Amino acid sequence: MARSSTSRKRFQARPAPAPKADKIEVEGVVREALPNAMFRVELANNHEVLAHVSGKIRMHFIKILPGDRVLVELSEYDLTRGRVTYRFKS
Amino acid sequence: MITKPDFQVILKSDEEIALMRKAGRIVGETLLELAEQVRPGADVRDLNTYVEAKYKRLGVIPTFKGYQGYPDVVCVSVNEQLVHGIPRPRILQEGDIVSIDLGATVEGFVGDSAITVGCGSISAEAQRLLDVTREALWAGIHAARDGVRKGDIGAAIQEVIETAGYGLVRNYVGHGVGREMHEPPQMPNYGKRNAGLHMRSGMVIALEPMVTHGRPDTFVHDDGWTVSTKDGKLASHFEHTIALRPGAAVVLTSPD
Repeated sequence: MARSSTSRKRFQARPAPAPKADKIEVEGVVREALPNAMFRVELANNHEVLAHVSGKIRMHFIKILPGDRVLVELSEYDLTRGRVTYRFKS
Repeated sequence: MITKPDFQVILKSDEEIALMRKAGRIVGETLLELAEQVRPGADVRDLNTYVEAKYKRLGVIPTFKGYQGYPDVVCVSVNEQLVHGIPRPRILQEGDIVSIDLGATVEGFVGDSAITVGCGSISAEAQRLLDVTREALWAGIHAARDGVRKGDIGAAIQEVIETAGYGLVRNYVGHGVGREMHEPPQMPNYGKRNAGLHMRSGMVIALEPMVTHGRPDTFVHDDGWTVSTKDGKLASHFEHTIALRPGAAVVLTSPD
């Protein structure tokens, strides 16, 4: 059967993109405050990572200070960078 | 003419191509059987009935039935009808030219092919139209090799049709074939050399030149399907599903 060159029926969509890889959440203690809402955080395994504050925390005007216990999200692509996603009450 | 952009072309492995050959063989074989039944006094509706019965007997799925609402299993287009003719009860006359377009789905894969045959003896003009259209299809098939560009195939078909002085239909195009009847890429019957998608081994396409005796302008009937030439002149159509392989392409819808 011939195909109309302008027929509306779409061809198949592109194959679905690969599912987003998992992130790794770790607890740590904030060691040092750096400019631009970046923090040096020492993790439970004694690794130090550079983490930035998540937008959600900023949106709610939550302050983070050295000594705070926080949750950091690390990507599996670079284990030395993270995102602070939660500040524990302590 | 506007053609839509091509989305991802699905490549088929050698094993899949072998499976597609099964569907293709059924289509090619059935088309020949239908061609034998075309004679003065034959009823178009019987062609449809024949295919339905044969497919049911062999466990072949009729690809056309229900496709975007198409009501039958085959397209039969007589004389000035170009393509997509719904097989209504109609007695064929001596001199008619009849285009039969058939699809089959076997083991999940589709085959799509078409031929135009004369009913009884036809005018020399009509015969020439058919011969040129068939030649155009084969020009396209020979042009389809691994590494050529899509425009080369279209240009090959276009050259045959235009040199013969016939009308080249641009609104309807060939297409990729796979588990669906219509897949990317679109395969127009015209093209610019050295332009367009790079054709690769593993692509399976249906080339279907549509040629008119007069002007190539067409319109769709009230049934929503049958396409005829605006000037009422004869129209012909041949189609094969081919698989691109290293070297020459393999015709999947040949009957043997």
